[in-house]
Amino acid sequence: MDRFLFLTLDGLSRGAVYAAFALALVLIWRAGRIVNFAQGAMAVAAAYVAYSVTAATGSYWLGFVAALVAGLLLGAVVDVAVMRLVDHRSPLNPVIVALGLVLLIHAVLGMVYGNEYLPAQTPFSRTALTVGGLAVLSPYDLFVFATVGVVGAALVWIFTRTAIGLRMRAAAFAPEVSRLLGVNVSGMLTLGWALASGVGALAGMLVIPTELGLHPHAMDLVFVSAFTAAVVGGLDSPPGAVVGGLGVGLLLSYVSGYAGGDLIPLAVLALLLAVLLLRPGGLFAPVTARRV
Amino acid sequence: MSATRAAAPARRTAAESPRTGRTVPTLLRHLAVAAVAGVVVLAISYQLDSFRNFQLATVAAYLCATAGLTVLTGLCGQLSLGHGALMATGAYTVALCQNAFADRGVTAGGVLVLSLATAVLATVAVGAVVGVAAARLRGPYLAGLTLAVAVVVPALTVTFDGVFNGEQGLAVPVAPAPAALGFYFPYERWQLWVVTAATLLCLVLLANLVRSRYGRAFRAVRDDEVAARLAGIHVARTQVIAFVVSAGSAGLGGALLAMLAQSVSPGAFGLTLSLFLLMAVVIGGLGRLAGAVWGAVLLVALPDLTHTLTDLFTLSPAAAQRLEGNLPLAIFGGTLIVVMIAAPGGVQGLLSRLAGSLRVRWRRRRS
Amino acid sequence: MSDLLTAEALAAGYGPVPVLHGVDLTVAPGTIAAVIGANGAGKTTLLRTLSGMLRPTAGRILLDGRDLRGTPVEQLVRRGVAHVPEGRGVIGELTVEENLRLGALWRRDRADGVRALDEVYQLFEPLARRRRHLGHQLSGGERQMLALGRALVSRPRLLLLDEPSLGLAPRVVAQTMALLRQLRDDTGLTVLLVEQNVRSALAVADQGIVMSLGRVALAAPADRLRDDADLRHAYLGF
Repeated sequence: MDRFLFLTLDGLSRGAVYAAFALALVLIWRAGRIVNFAQGAMAVAAAYVAYSVTAATGSYWLGFVAALVAGLLLGAVVDVAVMRLVDHRSPLNPVIVALGLVLLIHAVLGMVYGNEYLPAQTPFSRTALTVGGLAVLSPYDLFVFATVGVVGAALVWIFTRTAIGLRMRAAAFAPEVSRLLGVNVSGMLTLGWALASGVGALAGMLVIPTELGLHPHAMDLVFVSAFTAAVVGGLDSPPGAVVGGLGVGLLLSYVSGYAGGDLIPLAVLALLLAVLLLRPGGLFAPVTARRV
Repeated sequence: MSATRAAAPARRTAAESPRTGRTVPTLLRHLAVAAVAGVVVLAISYQLDSFRNFQLATVAAYLCATAGLTVLTGLCGQLSLGHGALMATGAYTVALCQNAFADRGVTAGGVLVLSLATAVLATVAVGAVVGVAAARLRGPYLAGLTLAVAVVVPALTVTFDGVFNGEQGLAVPVAPAPAALGFYFPYERWQLWVVTAATLLCLVLLANLVRSRYGRAFRAVRDDEVAARLAGIHVARTQVIAFVVSAGSAGLGGALLAMLAQSVSPGAFGLTLSLFLLMAVVIGGLGRLAGAVWGAVLLVALPDLTHTLTDLFTLSPAAAQRLEGNLPLAIFGGTLIVVMIAAPGGVQGLLSRLAGSLRVRWRRRRS
Repeated sequence: MSDLLTAEALAAGYGPVPVLHGVDLTVAPGTIAAVIGANGAGKTTLLRTLSGMLRPTAGRILLDGRDLRGTPVEQLVRRGVAHVPEGRGVIGELTVEENLRLGALWRRDRADGVRALDEVYQLFEPLARRRRHLGHQLSGGERQMLALGRALVSRPRLLLLDEPSLGLAPRVVAQTMALLRQLRDDTGLTVLLVEQNVRSALAVADQGIVMSLGRVALAAPADRLRDDADLRHAYLGF
């Protein structure tokens, strides 16, 4: 029972990060009907920026802020310099271009930093606190929850309460009409990319220290897990992404706790396959599977 | 939803358009081309040194995979980011089979054929599973699933390291060249012959498939699923067939690579390989088997080229190693982005366009 | 009095397919002009070109005598042009209030935006009652109100309307037309509307512009088109 509690809390902490990352995927999907397959690589790039800044200044927090800024900028640059130029008539094209970005980013990081694992710092201890003899959450887990909670609340506030959020939603739902109403649609799309990439960078900063460390490929499996989370929730649904992220986090925590960490990749694949075959629109959408 | 219309413009190549007054059956024509190609490779193999023979053999092995992916993505409009994993399936099957034979003391060269066939069958089985799932999916969902396959399958070698020996990988014992060729016959030349034979067989089969009613069904599904269905084509079944065929080719390619390297390890079949394969067919030109040739050449030539390039500069060994390992990736990624934005037809598309405009100019001059 | 809107030899089309072949028209301020004509005459294309959604291939558009070339679509609302597109363009995923707020977002003066919103709610009572409902929950008539209201929130001088009567009950059409006339008389609003429903369009319009095959076949005072049977026969076929 103790173990179950520990695994549950650990899974929720892991899931919070997946939720944030899935949320970032959903943001771009809603804004531009693109699944940003480069998001993992972009997040890793931001984490490397943090690594450099922290190494130069000795401050984790300066690095943290630098990662967020780098994430925001990278998202905007990717949209303006690459995605906007791609012919979107075929949905394959943006996917292929995003994969080109993955290769490019991995390569540049490998050239600059090398393809070895670098140690990633945490601002708080990862040793679990014990309450009444039970190991529960570590201070770092609490930090993860707080950060993801704040970011989630900020996103909700931006999208539902601010004029810029209204513009972004309108631009996503009805670009032509929005332009007629004076909304700078391409600007909103760029902003969406920047926001999503910033959230992705944040998720990367949170998850990388809990894995093997900083590496160009550090986010590969995280991306797949978060994509699975986004699909579980339905690519169109931000609340779905959060629920999906937490669910995937729990599942993976139980799998690694009860069956062994080696099985995590297989579990992700099995879950993704199951969801795609049973409910391709996600758990929050009506079934629209094509029959084979 | 037709997935590749823009990526692979449905331009009719000469091979696709019905030729009037054709007398030679398609199969014979393809066999003749393959025979000529085989003779050319045979002749070349005597001119090249061992390393170049090995490289050419590697191109041929990759060609199986890129041709298979071209059929799937270019002709049938389905994206797969998982072909590296399918190659791994073929490679590991060959390794397991060859090891099993070796353990039982069977060392005859002929068992390799059996191992290769088993590898293709195993990959076809895996491809069928993924393909059935893939046939129900579109666009980003399909890409995501195959991406997961690409990331997860290499990791399985660590999960089940009792069978696959983890990161270390497996050795692939292969029989030496037949004694009849002489004691001093370079082994790489023999490898090239074997791989070329297998690749040509694979290409002839693919080329025939492309020209058959299945090929027409592939293109119909790619261009407009609804129209294809109205025309009586079973869309999902067609897509599964394309995936299975493509998987089989990739499996053969992986098996041949394993045979060439005489070892397999998960590192060689990671996500990067899957992305490389996709890049290769996109840059080569989707929708044409000829594009797959360019792609395969690129896969082998680019790392070689960057090696030569980095040798030009005097770098510290560490920096040189970083650059060498990553420069091909950077060039591939960058080229891919530029190609997708500027020339979605790829190298073969550019060549066709060039040839087309030359032909027009030629005609103008004559008239 | 100088004209508010002028099009000179305007040509436009979709890709290689030309639709408009040199359209000339003028709309005086404070008047209602009705563009009428058969299906495929280029009415909607004309409207889309006027509001900048389609780039003209030739000719020019003048607003207050100033060339609109190079003015992006997003800026047009700041110049006082509101376009209610074909199918009305109500954003179904947003609430009524959010749809209306979109119309006021471009102005810096927030308080004025709130005032404009209130005015629209007074003008269209049902919208005020349903302000928290999503766009796709509205009836056809309510969508019409929302689309018109959203355009009015931006306090336009020129209102471009694409087929306001489409899919609406005759009573609602009559109300809409009456409202347009009221707005013209009270606020000096200029309206250019595209209509299939010739009778109801000519009933409110000051000017009738008959389009045929991408050209203006005839531009005449609406009452002449209404009353002159020969003209009507020749150009409108009834």
